Amino acid sequence: MKTVTLIPGDGIGPEVVKCVERVVETLKAPIKFEKFEVSGANPDGTPRESLPDEVIESLRRNKVCIKGTLWAPLYKENTNTQSLNVMLRKKLDLYVNLVHAYNIPGVKTRHEDGRIDIRIVRENTEGEYSGLEHEVVPGVVESLKIITERNSRRIAEYAFEYATMNNRRKVTAVHKANIMKLGDGQFLSVCRETAKRYPNIEFEEMIVDATCMKLVSNPEHFDVMVTPNLYGNIVCNVAAGLAGGAGVVPGVNVGEDIAIFEQGARHVGRDLIGLDLANPTAMLLSTAMMFRHLQIPMFADRLEAAIITLLAKPQNHTPDIGGKASTSSFMTALLEKL
Amino acid sequence: RERERERRRRRRREKEVWRRRMRFSSLNVLLSHLAKSSFRSSPHLVGGARAAVAATAKPPPQEQRTSRFSSRSSSSSAGSPPSRVATFLPGDGIGPEIAKAVRQIFEVAGVPIVWEDHYFSPDFIDPSTQSMVTRTALDSLLKNQVGLKGPMATPIGKGHRSLNLTLRKELSLYANIRPCFSIPGYETKYNDVNLVTIRENTEGEYSGLEHEVVPGVVESLKVITEKASMRVAEYAFFYAKANNRSKVTAVHKANIMKKADGLFLSCCRKVADKYPEIKYEEKIIDNCCMQLVKDPSHFDVLVMPNLYGDIVSDLCAGLVGGLGLTPSLNVGDGGIALAEAVHGTAPDIAGKDLANPTALLLSSVMMLRHIEMGSYADKIESALLATIAEGKFLTGDLGGKATTTDFTNALCSKM
Repeated sequence: MKTVTLIPGDGIGPEVVKCVERVVETLKAPIKFEKFEVSGANPDGTPRESLPDEVIESLRRNKVCIKGTLWAPLYKENTNTQSLNVMLRKKLDLYVNLVHAYNIPGVKTRHEDGRIDIRIVRENTEGEYSGLEHEVVPGVVESLKIITERNSRRIAEYAFEYATMNNRRKVTAVHKANIMKLGDGQFLSVCRETAKRYPNIEFEEMIVDATCMKLVSNPEHFDVMVTPNLYGNIVCNVAAGLAGGAGVVPGVNVGEDIAIFEQGARHVGRDLIGLDLANPTAMLLSTAMMFRHLQIPMFADRLEAAIITLLAKPQNHTPDIGGKASTSSFMTALLEKL
Repeated sequence: RERERERRRRRRREKEVWRRRMRFSSLNVLLSHLAKSSFRSSPHLVGGARAAVAATAKPPPQEQRTSRFSSRSSSSSAGSPPSRVATFLPGDGIGPEIAKAVRQIFEVAGVPIVWEDHYFSPDFIDPSTQSMVTRTALDSLLKNQVGLKGPMATPIGKGHRSLNLTLRKELSLYANIRPCFSIPGYETKYNDVNLVTIRENTEGEYSGLEHEVVPGVVESLKVITEKASMRVAEYAFFYAKANNRSKVTAVHKANIMKKADGLFLSCCRKVADKYPEIKYEEKIIDNCCMQLVKDPSHFDVLVMPNLYGDIVSDLCAGLVGGLGLTPSLNVGDGGIALAEAVHGTAPDIAGKDLANPTALLLSSVMMLRHIEMGSYADKIESALLATIAEGKFLTGDLGGKATTTDFTNALCSKM
């Protein structure tokens, strides 16, 4: 029996996480959830300063978590508080964000005739998300982007290890080193060094704007991509858009020993609260990834097979992928299948 | 050292003169532009023109045509706009060929423009500009206030400024405008794109301020100022109004970079209040990218800081067919406009008459609209779109076998 922390989050998080709980119950998987209902905002709408200690302790103890996205409200007076999601990742040193975008047969996208299978390994703790900003004089703001060799090395090694262990053939490093010569230049040189140690894996470098252009016109070109934080965010979302949207792409934040599973495109989805229209596919596919991580892959196989069979039929599509089903009808169909 | 000091003193003096001219706030600049009628006149009526493409693209009646040819030195005849001098920077590689095509098309259309050509070479670094860009070219641009630039090869050298950076700094080009629309006749997976990206072009992540704090730790500064953000926001809303666009979307990441992008957003909001007839919305960059890939039809005008603008404008170019078809216009303080083709020099097809002049041509159309020669712009644009829609004379990159000459002649015959 494994205990897993559960953080529903804000927006559509609670609805989608409830689906996860029902699925786990139906599958009779040996998982016990420890639920923490925290929100990214205080009751009066101001951003929350930090997560309660008990949540962090639980995470350190259980080492596995399923999480919805916490809302980072834009408060008028531009406070110094960081988004709780970012804080969590930094505190637990979850330095990798792995997102797997692939087109699911049946989900209509503009690229459904191609074989899209992109895995993005995105640096998760530093870069533009350092949160170090200050107003030099009124009307002039400086924001620091930090790139360290240590984190670049860790992420590059993870990317190549992942590629080797999953039989992928190519790793693409995404950067903007022609403009940010020192910062992204350092990231790039570390990637090149790491590539030399994995001669079986093809390595290529691409500037981020050319990458986005190619993703839109020829996404089959990409296999594994390794990126710093902000470019990774953009590339993940572009890839998610290619695969069908934020509702169908799973992701995971990985550290030395802790793994937090969440949706690949971390959108809060506040406009869908209470409408019963959220797509639980992304979260369920992340749950399948969690089963594999916990060494109980048979549940993962069953869940994924059921989801793919379901999505092959358009009557089970929620509005974000062009259908008319609701979350409840999708879940009813899924639970029946399981 | 004495010479260096003298040079610096001279440059400082020049900058002071320039700064004194641009001393007034952006609003004042806007007013002076309106008075000069150069700012007011940049309706890049891309949308309107395109609506009339395949249906109404037909050559003008014979009498009009001959009168245009005869009034080539049009400063004499009443009612036709006076001849305007514009700087032309043809560039390298395929640059000269597509420049020739543009010149031919302009002549056939009877556009009253006199070109002032300037060429650069990677072997000659002008000491007064510290780059390949010559002082004479810059002076020409500053005098004419309008220019067209072809693709240029950037040498990987040390000790001098990059070409684009030089042009941007010397001409104070603060906004880059790229309309992206699906071209009828060239099918991509996205056929309903009709948007314009407006990118702040001077600051943000491209400040170039980086340093290694300790070995292995690098800090890059992203600078956002109220002045630059207000300037680009003002231009975006002005552009939207002048071109009958209904919505402006500000793209940001203010949930993470609360102060920097927050400042950009507050500037956009202030300007939005002054244009109640234009819808204003804000979108986070990741959501925006996802929606652009899923369904770009509900975007209209996008205004963004530098880095996001770079990525999003290239993403949108990819949606409609790549950089070979994308026009671009850079706008600077005082209403100066430099239209440019953003694709590469394509050295492998240079000199073989195979290049596609579409990007440079569409950029020249934007330039014409900026200087109030909208009728010529419409004519050239409709002829261009009709030629591509017809599909008989397409260059290699569009899937055809025609040469540049064939394409240009077909286009001219349509005018």
